[in-house]
Amino acid sequence: MRGIPLFPEAASSFASEVDALYLFIVAISAFFTVAVSVAVIFFGIRYRRRHADEVGAHIEGSLPLELAWSIIPTLIAMVMFVWGAKLFYEMRRPPAESLQIYAVGKQWMWKFQHQGGQREINELHVPTGRPIRVLVTSEDVLHDLYFPAFRTKIDAIPGRYMPLWFTPTKPGRYHIFCAEYCGTKHSGMIGTVIVMEPQQYQDWLAGGASEGTMAERGAKLFNDLACTTCHLDSGQGRGPSLKDIVGKAVELNDGSTAVVDEGYLRESILNSQARVVKGFTPLMPTFQGLISEEGLAALIEHIKSLSPQAAAQAPALVPASAPVSAAGTPAAPAQGARR
Amino acid sequence: METPVYPAHNYLSNGHGLKSWLLTKDHKRIAVLYLISISIFFLLGGLFAVGIRLELTTPDGDLFQPDTYNKFFTLHGVIMVFFFLIPSVPAVIGNFLIPPMIGAKDLAFPRINLLSWYLYVVGGLFTLFAIVAGGVDTGWTFYTPYSSASSSTNVTATALGVFIAGFSSILTGLNFIVTIHRMRAPGLHWFKLPLFIWAHYATSLIQVLGTPVVAITIVMIFVERAFGFGIFDPQRGGDPVLMQHLFWFYSHPAVYIMILPALGVISEIVSTFSRKRIFGYSFVAFSSLAIAVFGFIVWAHHMFVAGITTYAAMVFSFLSFSVAIPSAVKVFNWAATMHRGSLSFETPMLYVYGFFGLFLIGGLTGLFLATLGTDIHLHDTYFVVAHFHYIMVGGAIMGYLGGLHFWWPKMFGRMYSEFWSRISAILVFVGFNLTFFPQFVLGYMGMPRRYHMYPDEFQVLNVLSSAGASVLGIGYILPVLYFAYSLKKGEVAGNNPWGASGLEWRTQSPPLTENFVEVPTDIPEAYEYTPQVIREAKLV
Repeated sequence: MRGIPLFPEAASSFASEVDALYLFIVAISAFFTVAVSVAVIFFGIRYRRRHADEVGAHIEGSLPLELAWSIIPTLIAMVMFVWGAKLFYEMRRPPAESLQIYAVGKQWMWKFQHQGGQREINELHVPTGRPIRVLVTSEDVLHDLYFPAFRTKIDAIPGRYMPLWFTPTKPGRYHIFCAEYCGTKHSGMIGTVIVMEPQQYQDWLAGGASEGTMAERGAKLFNDLACTTCHLDSGQGRGPSLKDIVGKAVELNDGSTAVVDEGYLRESILNSQARVVKGFTPLMPTFQGLISEEGLAALIEHIKSLSPQAAAQAPALVPASAPVSAAGTPAAPAQGARR
Repeated sequence: METPVYPAHNYLSNGHGLKSWLLTKDHKRIAVLYLISISIFFLLGGLFAVGIRLELTTPDGDLFQPDTYNKFFTLHGVIMVFFFLIPSVPAVIGNFLIPPMIGAKDLAFPRINLLSWYLYVVGGLFTLFAIVAGGVDTGWTFYTPYSSASSSTNVTATALGVFIAGFSSILTGLNFIVTIHRMRAPGLHWFKLPLFIWAHYATSLIQVLGTPVVAITIVMIFVERAFGFGIFDPQRGGDPVLMQHLFWFYSHPAVYIMILPALGVISEIVSTFSRKRIFGYSFVAFSSLAIAVFGFIVWAHHMFVAGITTYAAMVFSFLSFSVAIPSAVKVFNWAATMHRGSLSFETPMLYVYGFFGLFLIGGLTGLFLATLGTDIHLHDTYFVVAHFHYIMVGGAIMGYLGGLHFWWPKMFGRMYSEFWSRISAILVFVGFNLTFFPQFVLGYMGMPRRYHMYPDEFQVLNVLSSAGASVLGIGYILPVLYFAYSLKKGEVAGNNPWGASGLEWRTQSPPLTENFVEVPTDIPEAYEYTPQVIREAKLV
């Protein structure tokens, strides 16, 4: 036997950071476990009962001690909190130059779609050295896209885009797991992420995508679904122009604003009455049930391609559509389509 | 030392036959009814765990069908959480001992106490029906939309069982709160109360305030499944994450329903076997209340990857650390209590030592999950499974078993085999660590929970875990045997075999139905240990 491994492969830029924080908490935990264990064992020996009628000393307590063992652990805990929160903040902010991938979970498989139009099932090819942003959703129940070698995961929630990002650092084949229980073949909903050198990745990309890029497929859908009837580039149509809107804030009918990102676009297609741009009547039919998750992603890529500057900058805190609730307090940013 | 005599008149001899038990209003008899019923459920939940550990000895799903395996871990969780752990210490030990510890004849509402037990049984029967009818496969967390729209198993019957058992828990909590406020012996003011009472008071607050929320959640799932309302299912306009908020708003505090009473037990045992007042009494007392209060504002740490915002996640991470501090304070105070005590190591104290080891590891591993940067990797892996077993099984069951061994002579008037009980305490500790420690490593390696099959590299640790579980199983079975044996053949215990200071030790063992011949009026400080106390216990 080669011994029992203690760590999974470290294949993303997060891996060493998460491992370092983990080892820090392991060290703190080991210290307190050993300290208290040694103390109680020592007291057990030192103060063992020697006569049947012996009793312990009468001691009420000690305020300085109570304060010491409340405050010192609190301070140590704050170090963990700050360190962990900092790392988490980074994990929630994909860099602007991220490569975009769409992932859909369904009972019991993972489907991936690259911007170039390549599609994969239970396999995902990514290059090293480049941040990858995955927008995850589900077609049925909850799932969770988990890459242990990258030390990150995110739930796949039906009806929402959930963002995940990482920068692969080490070529190889690593596990993809579904980490949220999803029924019969939950443990079969696994796959492999194949991290490649950039050149090999380019070769791999060139081998796929016979049906055109996602944006091209989206453009075709845009025509087929007759979106062009209302969404005229001139802005004179019954729906707003979709040119150069991505990444910008738009004013809505109820006076609030929304930033146009994947989450907002998704909601506006599937639940078109939810947040209508100011000055337009809610005429648009809902496309819920009429369009597949893959088609929807393609359509969104097409709309994004109509905003070339935004595509160059890409989003910051993804997807940052922040609906403003009726009470005027900003509701949760991030997760896009909410009802 | 005189030889104690088993009292001819006691609560056990006051009435014979099934009817005298099933219609009893005596809190002690109701505690015994709970003891029997939760032991049956523990055995059942344990059998499902055996199935899980057997399946996981090999990477392939070769022993059970995937659906069968999924039902096993679901039923293991549902039974252990709702039908064993939540009622364990409060409904058995608390029910039996709160009145004599505060010098009362019974709980404030004896009939409601019996009603609680019946509700528990009816809830349990619904769950048993769900098992017989083919089981349920949603996980004990009933996450939507799987539970409401996808699973074709007996979700409704199981959820109804949990719903009904919830009312049992609410009524028990209500009964304890009123009892502790209104039924204390004259002169027994709050700061003379044993810490066991403080712990139960804090627990009861959670039961009364938290349980209705899970009941409402279950009704919503039922309404969605039965009538097609769109509450949680996004296909029907619902929000699946809302269910998680509601569920954890109860189920995180529920962890403290399981562990707080056990912490109360530990205070009693540490003090008795150190013959010393608990160090920092008021800090330990208030830490129970602090845990109960903070427990309500940390729920979303179960949802860091479930779509809560970055800032909400940070707030909940911060708050989660706040609940760790009062738990740490308790541990330090217990250790300090032993300093300059007069320590002896009968079985209850061995359980306390075991408890220290497991609760420390369980509590400290919670830090990895409160810390955002590490939780993202560890969430929904075996690390979480190991962590909550260390708390809920390591902490809570060590406390429960320690308490049972401590008060068994009071409850039944006879001693169990000291030899076998020490063996069992050691087996439980060793078996527990062998079972669950490897799971921390598995979790960091990335093995997700609720997996029927797994990649080959996880096998060594899984086999180790299954082997440990067999040792743990023996450790849990042994007490059933020597406790049963002690009921008839055990040495007569006498009023106060440990020389403990609480009021419950002043009355005979087993107590009279009324607990005391006369209500005690000379109330000492809590945990007053003087040579006088020891002499009166006739230990010298």
